[in-house]
Amino acid sequence: MSVLIDAAAGVRVCHLRDLEVERGRAALLGDTQIALFLLTDGTVHAVSNLDPYSGANVMSRGIVGTRGEAPTVASPMHKQVFDLRTGLCLETQGRAASALRVWPVAVVDGEVLLTEDGVQ
Amino acid sequence: MDVVVIGAGMVAHRFAESLLSRPEAGVRLTVLGEEQHPPYDRVGLSGHFRGLTPAQLTLDAGVFGDDRAILRTGDPVVRIDRRQRRVQTKAGSTFGYDALVLATGSRAARIAASGADLPGCFVYRTLDDVQGLQAYVERRGRELARPLRGLVIGGGLLGLEAAGALQGLDVACTVIQSSDRLMSAQLDSAGGALLGRLIAQRGIGVRTKARTVRLDADRSGAVAAAQFEDGSFESADVVVFTVGVRAQDALARESGLRTDPWGGVLIDEHCVTSDPRVLAIGEVASFGGKTVGLVAPGYAMAEVAVDVLLGGDAAFPGFDDSAKLKLSGVEVASFGDAMGSTPSCLDVVYADPVAGVYKKLVLSDDAQTLLGGILIGDASAYGALRPLVGAPLGADPVSYLLPEGGALPVSGDLPDSAVVCSCSNVTAGRIRSAVHEDGCRDAAAVKSCTKAGATCGSCVLMVKKIVGTELARLGETVSTALCEHFDLTRRQLFDAVRVSGLSTFSAIIERFGRGRGCDICKPALASILSSLLGAHVLDGELATLQDTNDHVMANLQKDGTYSVVPRMPGGEVTPAGLIAIGRIADDYGLYTKITGGQRIDMFGARLEQLPPIWQRLVDAGFESGQAYGKALRTVKSCVGSTWCRYGVLDSVGMAVSLELRYRGLRAPHKLKVGVSGCARECAEARSKDVGVIATETGWNMYVGGNGGFTPRHAQLLASGLDDDALIRAIDRFFMYYIRTADRLQRTAGWCEDLDGGLEGLRQVIVEDSLGICADLDEAMAAHVDRYEDEWAATLRDPEKLRRFESFVNAADTPDPSLAYVPERGQVRPATPEERAGAVLIAGTVLEVRR
Repeated sequence: MSVLIDAAAGVRVCHLRDLEVERGRAALLGDTQIALFLLTDGTVHAVSNLDPYSGANVMSRGIVGTRGEAPTVASPMHKQVFDLRTGLCLETQGRAASALRVWPVAVVDGEVLLTEDGVQ
Repeated sequence: MDVVVIGAGMVAHRFAESLLSRPEAGVRLTVLGEEQHPPYDRVGLSGHFRGLTPAQLTLDAGVFGDDRAILRTGDPVVRIDRRQRRVQTKAGSTFGYDALVLATGSRAARIAASGADLPGCFVYRTLDDVQGLQAYVERRGRELARPLRGLVIGGGLLGLEAAGALQGLDVACTVIQSSDRLMSAQLDSAGGALLGRLIAQRGIGVRTKARTVRLDADRSGAVAAAQFEDGSFESADVVVFTVGVRAQDALARESGLRTDPWGGVLIDEHCVTSDPRVLAIGEVASFGGKTVGLVAPGYAMAEVAVDVLLGGDAAFPGFDDSAKLKLSGVEVASFGDAMGSTPSCLDVVYADPVAGVYKKLVLSDDAQTLLGGILIGDASAYGALRPLVGAPLGADPVSYLLPEGGALPVSGDLPDSAVVCSCSNVTAGRIRSAVHEDGCRDAAAVKSCTKAGATCGSCVLMVKKIVGTELARLGETVSTALCEHFDLTRRQLFDAVRVSGLSTFSAIIERFGRGRGCDICKPALASILSSLLGAHVLDGELATLQDTNDHVMANLQKDGTYSVVPRMPGGEVTPAGLIAIGRIADDYGLYTKITGGQRIDMFGARLEQLPPIWQRLVDAGFESGQAYGKALRTVKSCVGSTWCRYGVLDSVGMAVSLELRYRGLRAPHKLKVGVSGCARECAEARSKDVGVIATETGWNMYVGGNGGFTPRHAQLLASGLDDDALIRAIDRFFMYYIRTADRLQRTAGWCEDLDGGLEGLRQVIVEDSLGICADLDEAMAAHVDRYEDEWAATLRDPEKLRRFESFVNAADTPDPSLAYVPERGQVRPATPEERAGAVLIAGTVLEVRR
């Protein structure tokens, strides 16, 4: 998801170099946990760190990959696979459909920013 | 549209799940439950006695994570105002609705006998009921200081289940049935009689034609005996009523909706009540003069109601009261017109009372159409037969009834309209369209797509057959590809990587695959590269391939924390070592437990706590252990000849040297070894991938034990080996397995698939029939040479340590969502209910120590 963001409206979370390609990092905004992912194309995705299936804050520790064109992360708990762009669950392992919340991300001067909208 | 659901049981949950999954549904959904718990699996309630927690019984809570939905529990609705279209709860909240759905279910009934409300009398309906029952049995057992006696009044499905649960609590139990046989609603008299015998053989008493007229108390006021119509008594310390359910239709009656005099809110085939804005689904709904206490028809009604609310014209087809279950180890199934009530129908019966098997098919008068049936003792034909009800049988009925060995004649050729999965009402036609139109290529994909097989699982084999048939029709074969990114098998990929010499994921997937990988191929490649390169698991790009356990070198637990298992080769540990481990666990507030593999497991370590814990272990002379992932886990041993008066050889010494030799060895699946010092086999070595047993003439080596959910004993591969020959043989066995097995194939399955079986394996690794032993030896020698303590190496490397920061913007802040409660002197993760504060079992939440 590409969203134009006014840099001034964003919340800085970390520097781009704090992230490792195709391996998530968790970030904390208040009590909300966010999972950040830097992909090989340089884009950064931010989704909820809370795995809706297990209830544990572990999404940042999942394996990053692809399903067709979709960039994905698999929950390390029970392997449900989510689309990093939309948060939708692509492989539910037989469970009900669910989704991760998605935050729009901007990278400005090497700083990773989340928008206030997403942060509220 | 504002939709309000009264009731938060399984049917309400299915309704919410289905409604919210419809993209066109512009709805706001409010679900109001009377019980404190979020919707849970009432069918699986007895699992509570096998140790399932309320949280594990809870149905997918993700449904209510949706912004459009609110779930409110513990607040019953007390009034429906149909004129103003709003409902009011006991706590005083009101909710307006455009559409109201009644899913209030039913209540368990007690018999109308005096004393039915005495302490010690229970019903078996809700989580609170079974928790109360369990607590009472435990308390009463302590008070009376003797084994308890229990009575289950009512010998239907639920009664037998409750009896099994009581038996599991060590209560000597008798089932009391007023009619002449158990499960009289589902079984004929021959079937009921056989079931009674089978249940009695399993230690549960059965008393039929016994009508309970009174329950008596002892001096403490608790129930102590039951008296029957014929004047006889049974003593009882606990009584469970399973005499049926009554629709909870009081709210509906009070609001003036039409109800059945026998109970239940009247609905039409669209699940609409006498008020077009009010629907009723599940056990509270009366359709065609009938209410049914099974979840499958309730699920079907939930789907109908969703469709109708969104403008569709789905119709409820009527009740399917088929049931298959396992009661105290006895399989029982009943489906369709089991009792043969259709005029001039025919029965085909197979009965073997000695083997405890009774099977009956009910057929139309021309013997062509299946109407129903009963299967007791062996219900394996249920999955194939139930979908055929109402359809031509297409084969000699006898072929379905003969004992196992006679293959079932059913292929994937069911008519499209046949319901294959009755839990989710999925037809054969829907499964076919999942293959043809939705692109599903295996049963797992069909399960995700249609929910077929997702609830009780009894139809999964049937689903697989249909999928296989359809794929064959499409000219496709079942794929052996690793995943969508690699067309190769693991073995082919291993060879491709070895021969090409490529050493990075990016280069390998570019040359041999496509996309950027997934949770299947990445860990498989991590394991292959580990075997070939021996690099540290967190070196460079390798780190991104690791599943979470390998990535943080500890075991992920259910709340997202990890457990640490210090390496203790052979299970040997010094008192000083024990004290050091105890201090670490105490300082970090970790829950400790002895594992099945003779190690000490410390639970509850947060990501950012792992490095300091490892540092403490390193300082105390330990490394952590690969007690996780696909690698050598442990080498278990008995005490051996050094201390044991029967020991023949030094099993501890051998176990220590084997564990040190193979530590860090990555494989297609986890590996375990056991070493016993004599034939008494105290290390249970033959349940391991490699089992070693000492004899007077040397070590005997067994291979291919265990195998997970189909366990096997290891088989003798070589005998009378000296130490060096033993180690050489294990080296070759492991390395040959690592190089040739499929992904997640355990040694048990791998041994079975080998050409020439065990003798062929013996020729390869003992007699070197393929001439590859030098390569295998060299590969293992390389592994042993380059082994390093991965945890100590991580502690030395600041780049690797950054991966253990809890948050990128708050490196040492603990995960704020973690909460623990005390249990038996330690801590465990709090359940969702405890977090919500609704059911706080143990006072305050313990603060996690820094």
